[in-house]
Amino acid sequence: MRTELVWKVGGEQGEGIDSTGIVFLNACHSLGYYTFGYRHFMSRIKGGHTNYQVRCSTRPVYAVGDQTDILIAFDQESIDYNFWELPAGAFIIADGFGAKLPEERGVTLAEVPLTKIASDLGNSLMKNMVAMGATCELTGLPVEPFQTFIERQFSRKGEEVVKANLEALDAGREYVRERWGQQAHFKLADSGMSPDGRLVIEGDYAAGMGALAGGCRFLAAYPITPASMIMEWLAVNFPKVGGVVIQAEDEIAALCMAIGANWAGARGMTSTSGPGFSLMQEAIGLSGLTETPVVIVDVQRAGPATGLPTKHEQGDLNEMIYGSHGEFPRIVLAPGTIEECFYAMADAFNLADKHQCPVIVAMDLYLGMSRGTAQEFDLSRVHIDRGSLISGEGLAALKGKYERFENTPSGISPRVLPGTPGFIHLTTGDEHQFDGRITEDPKTRKEIMDKRLRKVSEVDYPGVSLTGDAPADLVLIGYGATTGTLWEAADRLNAAGTKTAVAQLTRLWPFPVQELEAAMAGAGAALVVESNATGQLAHLIRSQLGGDLLPTLLKYDGDPIRPGEVEVRCKEVIADVSGARIA
Amino acid sequence: MSAALVSPKSFVSEERPTWCPGCGDFAVLQALQRASAQLGLQPHEMAVVSGIGCSGKISSYFNSYGLHVLHGRSVPCAIGVKLANPNLTVIASGGDGDGYGIGGNHFLNAIRRNIDITYIVMDNQVYGLTKGQTSPTSAHGYKSTTSPAGSAENPMHPLRLALANGASFIAQGFSAERNQLIDIIVKAIAHKGFSLVNAISPCVTFNKVNTYDWYRERLHNLDDDKTHNPSDRGVGFNKLIEHGDLVRGVIYAEETPSYDEYLPGYTGASLADMAKPTERSVLEKMMAEYR
Repeated sequence: MRTELVWKVGGEQGEGIDSTGIVFLNACHSLGYYTFGYRHFMSRIKGGHTNYQVRCSTRPVYAVGDQTDILIAFDQESIDYNFWELPAGAFIIADGFGAKLPEERGVTLAEVPLTKIASDLGNSLMKNMVAMGATCELTGLPVEPFQTFIERQFSRKGEEVVKANLEALDAGREYVRERWGQQAHFKLADSGMSPDGRLVIEGDYAAGMGALAGGCRFLAAYPITPASMIMEWLAVNFPKVGGVVIQAEDEIAALCMAIGANWAGARGMTSTSGPGFSLMQEAIGLSGLTETPVVIVDVQRAGPATGLPTKHEQGDLNEMIYGSHGEFPRIVLAPGTIEECFYAMADAFNLADKHQCPVIVAMDLYLGMSRGTAQEFDLSRVHIDRGSLISGEGLAALKGKYERFENTPSGISPRVLPGTPGFIHLTTGDEHQFDGRITEDPKTRKEIMDKRLRKVSEVDYPGVSLTGDAPADLVLIGYGATTGTLWEAADRLNAAGTKTAVAQLTRLWPFPVQELEAAMAGAGAALVVESNATGQLAHLIRSQLGGDLLPTLLKYDGDPIRPGEVEVRCKEVIADVSGARIA
Repeated sequence: MSAALVSPKSFVSEERPTWCPGCGDFAVLQALQRASAQLGLQPHEMAVVSGIGCSGKISSYFNSYGLHVLHGRSVPCAIGVKLANPNLTVIASGGDGDGYGIGGNHFLNAIRRNIDITYIVMDNQVYGLTKGQTSPTSAHGYKSTTSPAGSAENPMHPLRLALANGASFIAQGFSAERNQLIDIIVKAIAHKGFSLVNAISPCVTFNKVNTYDWYRERLHNLDDDKTHNPSDRGVGFNKLIEHGDLVRGVIYAEETPSYDEYLPGYTGASLADMAKPTERSVLEKMMAEYR
């Protein structure tokens, strides 16, 4: 019996492909399986091919499946576009008749008049339910979760709608039962688990929830794929806790508003993707020079310029670390799973307050927009630390000698909020003295620059998360959504006898030199895996650790890296290394 | 707060202004200090957010909490400050280049939002601090180092734009008419919502065309104009067109709900006080939607 089933629905954008995928994913979740859902879409409202792939597994899954077992195809394009990933034994449930397979290789074309069956039952939109029924029959998946969904979703629309949808589900099952019946090779082992203690959620939503949990109450942002979901989630949920979402006229304004809000004492943030992040560059330096905390989320997409706005890439690493003119301290965090999106956001505000600098949270489209199984967020892990923010009784100790940018050993100065009687000061993006007043004095300039840069000499946030035993034959290095892909590839390599570890960079700046060195110590080889064309992470590692540029797996065609691709590249790297040893 | 207790001197910082002698900005600073005193405000209750240029220096010279930001960005920064702490009286300031050029998009959109801040633009129709280049409000044909043959561009009409975009308070003052300028700023700060004060503030060093005398000869005082009606947007437009924008006084003022009144769940309390652990039950409920 198989432990995993990969299912995909494809069709024209605008005909409910995403929601169909989510219904299937949620059903798998309710049956106790681990899930991962990936949305392939284009930058248009209607038309064009879109698909949603769902992995349903008895083990945790973090990546797009290498192959698809069952494809629901609402049109020929869905077959043509996805045929390459269908192995022998796969089924295509095609809507209606006349579809063509690009080649003969053991893929079954199961033509089911999904739309016609739905229309005959009263509404062509129910074709999705017919398809769900067909899937249940082919795979032997229980039908109950779909019935529950129908009852919950449509009860408001009346009994007739519920009844018609249930009939559509049954009709799909019946049609398949009469012609193909249950296919034994699709039979999925029982999960043996309950969904209790788990969520199914997208990384963007988890990030929004983490921000809210971390005391953030202000978001200024401009809509942009793939970051809008953070804004949309907070627009719904901030009002429940007194928070504010403001839609800015552009990303320059968005970051400036967030900086203003932080200056006034709020925990404030902005969320964006590459084009918006580029617009924010000047203001990132304003946060840096004025020592005003702010949290910026960059959900990366394929650039440059407008690039591939709905496709995955990790091309902003250099910009996150080096972007903006001049020099100032910053922290760049990189969550790699849905859970980590939640915790990293909550922590980001503590770091911003503590170090009084911009904190950038590096996400990517694959992480932000993919829906998958996550362990329920452990709320006891969230704490709030506002660092050297002084208020109330603490103010008495500062009275009379207050300097907003006092030159302390740690570089971190006591912060008093505007509105406090007796502590009036200027915060300026011009270079300034320790009391805040503008200066061009060379000695002061050097001292206050040193003070600022000193603030991040120690950052209490893990830089590397190592999975697997050291020393390994092979260490896979990556960050963001690539992490889960590396875990899956490492599992397969370990099972095949290559001792493989994964070094996930959870903090990209200040760069965790010692932690990465420790993770790589004694390893036979290392491979840097990232979604860009120039190997930004590999170059960063070389600049920080020295030595040769590490071997890379780079992918920049807009699609995420699949575990199988990593596996293939790993074998090449290992072969290269063994070859070198023999020589 | 008792109005009698606050002296304008409370709003004078230790920093000595570096503006050129005779600069119109001195009078704008003094008018803001007097207006603040008249309103009975305390320095710590105010935040002056300024941009870059000669005008941007006002946050150094005005004694209150000051936030001196990037070129053109005083308005969005001020919006963030006000939403985060509505108890602060927030003044955004800038110049014609800062506010209508590089910051023009923020100007237009801030008007739409009607957030309760006062925006004072020190308009001298020239870039002063960078030594005399053409600005968005420079006249067509204006000669400068960046337009030696005369500016080919028509000037921006910020007051007309503000009227068209639905601003709830629009006024223009003149540095040489200090009492009127004080009165305008008092009204602007008291106004609930976004208030625009375009303060004509001559540059004595670089603008040899639009001098104090040039303005004096041309500015039409709306306070003396019996046909003016500041509650009628159409009349405001007509006055601006009739006098080529060279008017002084309140052009338009209307009481209309400010942004925060439309914000769901907004309490009016400082968001700084909400940077605390979120109630567990609230988060549990949010998570439950994804179970």
